[in-house]
Amino acid sequence: MTALLEIRDLHAKAGDAEILQGIDLTIQPGEVHAIMGPNGSGKSTLAGVLSGRPSFEVTQGTVRYDGRDLLELEIEERAREGIFLAFQYPVEIPGITNNYFLKAALNAHRKHKGLEEFDAMDFMTLVREKMKIVEMPKDLMGRSINEGFSGGEKKRNEVLQMLLLEPRLAIMDETDSGLDIDALRVVATGANHLRGPERGMLVITHYQRLLDYIQPDFVHVLSEGKIVRSGGKELAHELEAKGYGWLEVEPPAEGAPA
Amino acid sequence: MSDLDQAQQRLLALHEAAQPSDGGDAVATLRREARAAFAEQGLPTTRMEEWRYTNLAPLARLDLAEPAQEPVDCPPPDVPAHVQFANGVRSEGAAALPAGVSIDGLGDGADLGQLAPAKEHPFVALNTAFLLDAARVRVEAGAQVDEPVRLDFATVGEVPRLCQPRVLLQAAPRSRATVVIDLRSATEQGGFLRNAVIETHVEDDAELRVVLLERSHPEDVVVTHFASRQGRNARLETHTVTLGGRLVRNDLSAVLAGEGAECRLLGLFLAAGDDVIDNHTLVDHAVPHGRSDELYKGVLAENGRGVFRGRVLVRPDAQKTDASQSNPNLLLHDGAEIDTKPQLEIHADDVRCSHGSAIGRLDPEALYYLRARGIDEPDARRLLTEGFAAEILAGLPVADLGESLGEHLRERLGALGS
Ligand SMILES: Nc1ncnc2c1ncn2[C@@H]1O[C@H](COP(=O)(O)OP(=O)(O)OP(=O)(O)O)[C@@H](O)[C@H]1O
Ligand SMILES: [Mg+2]
Repeated sequence: MTALLEIRDLHAKAGDAEILQGIDLTIQPGEVHAIMGPNGSGKSTLAGVLSGRPSFEVTQGTVRYDGRDLLELEIEERAREGIFLAFQYPVEIPGITNNYFLKAALNAHRKHKGLEEFDAMDFMTLVREKMKIVEMPKDLMGRSINEGFSGGEKKRNEVLQMLLLEPRLAIMDETDSGLDIDALRVVATGANHLRGPERGMLVITHYQRLLDYIQPDFVHVLSEGKIVRSGGKELAHELEAKGYGWLEVEPPAEGAPA
Repeated sequence: MSDLDQAQQRLLALHEAAQPSDGGDAVATLRREARAAFAEQGLPTTRMEEWRYTNLAPLARLDLAEPAQEPVDCPPPDVPAHVQFANGVRSEGAAALPAGVSIDGLGDGADLGQLAPAKEHPFVALNTAFLLDAARVRVEAGAQVDEPVRLDFATVGEVPRLCQPRVLLQAAPRSRATVVIDLRSATEQGGFLRNAVIETHVEDDAELRVVLLERSHPEDVVVTHFASRQGRNARLETHTVTLGGRLVRNDLSAVLAGEGAECRLLGLFLAAGDDVIDNHTLVDHAVPHGRSDELYKGVLAENGRGVFRGRVLVRPDAQKTDASQSNPNLLLHDGAEIDTKPQLEIHADDVRCSHGSAIGRLDPEALYYLRARGIDEPDARRLLTEGFAAEILAGLPVADLGESLGEHLRERLGALGS
């Protein structure tokens, strides 16, 4: 079976700062992986490198996505090939309605797949259905992209986009941060909607609470640009109880999946 | 003789050939004096402060035929207009006017030139010297007119000509109306000189919104002189949208002559290719308690050049004035350029004035966000530029215009190099 994502010895820097220092990670279709780790350990950098954020430079290593060299693809090609990043900090863009944006994004995907583009009616029908799942207020569609959205509304909007675009590899970068309990449940519901034997998910979070809802197959701990520990979902509970300091005291168990 | 002197001579020769003669004695006098004023002033050079940033050389290169005298066929505007001119000549088939509005021709010319004196402005002189017809729009006292009044001025045909729209807008006391002045090129042929003069009186307690659309051929040279005067508590809103043109100069002045008058000047311009678009505005606060608010947004692409010069004059008597001005610009390419300069002249002490101009590029973070959703880079750039322009287009007081201009802009942006 071809791995959905296969990261080998990935090094990346931003400016002069070497941030990722040799990441190895394999995601098989159907798997959900969680990444935890202290602030500044490189979680968003990894997500950014996978989605093609221009400010990062890969200096070493390879990333294969569904057997192809991912790093060769442009940002938009990666997206249309099924990689979706839910941003930790969704960008506010004045002057473009959320509605117009989502339709343009969806149609770019459809065009890429050789499908007919959606007209306004088809689009509205689909988007309404997905909005229900994330319990998103209607008026947010007519407003400028993320402009003046509350923290929770921005995150719902990310999940809405994810549901619309149905990625094969969804990367959620702290989509749970700053959410109240209800919003957290909604985000998790959205993610679980997408789960399927063909899809993979990389969930970046600081809290085991989200993982109670999403139930990852693997949990990895990133520290100083390296994965220092991998395990099952119980690892998240252990971290929550003991903190990251505990990792430095106890060496990783032999044979933990990388 | 300089190129501009020669161009002036050619324009005077056109005048000789055209021999405009209709209208009464008063109009004849107006024309004669204007011709003399034009002969005396000549075409402005970059040595003049007001024209420092804009060289009229492209005008000197035009090969112009005399103004049309007879009606010509013209592709109709998207929405039927209430008065239509093609190459400066009135054509048939205008829509019926809404109640409370009348549109007359030249009349005895007595009310022309009050706000735009030929002696002070060479292009006003040129326009007045050739006066053949005008659209004198009057909104009756107290009339509340919802339907926008549409004036259509098209340049047409295969022979580039001198074409000079002339408009007088009078909003009588307590009236409320919206006027759309569409100055458009309806021909594949460029190289026209369109020189429009628009005088606007907004009388006491009246409210007038004017949309000025300039959709020119990339080879056209365009000068628009808009002068307004507002009475007590009168409100004026202008929306000036300029999409291209080889050389475009807009002079817009608003005199707040009555206490409590308020004006909002909004503008959007796109200069691409070799376009030069120059917006000069003047807000003249002559009396106390005036409010003015100005927002001009510029999009500069390829080798396009923009100029914005916004003068705000607060005279000694104009206490309690509240004036703000802002001119954000978006540079899309390295070859594009903008000269922006606000100019505040404040001679009263109890006032609130603010101004700001900015020159920026597309936000890389926003570009990344859109691309990360599968939108191609050129589309993402276009989308962000549309977003920048949306503030002005969405604020147009006529909904169908916002949409059609949005589409027009989208097309123009879609055709840009990266
Ligand atoms: N463009 C950049 N230039 C320089 N340093 C950068 C840049 N981007 C990120 N960094 C640095 O790289 C390190 C990793 O940042 P990253 O955003 O990946 O952390 P993170 O694990 O996502 O943290 P958090 O939990 O706070 O979101 C940080 O020290 C950050 O300051
Ligand atoms: Mg982060």
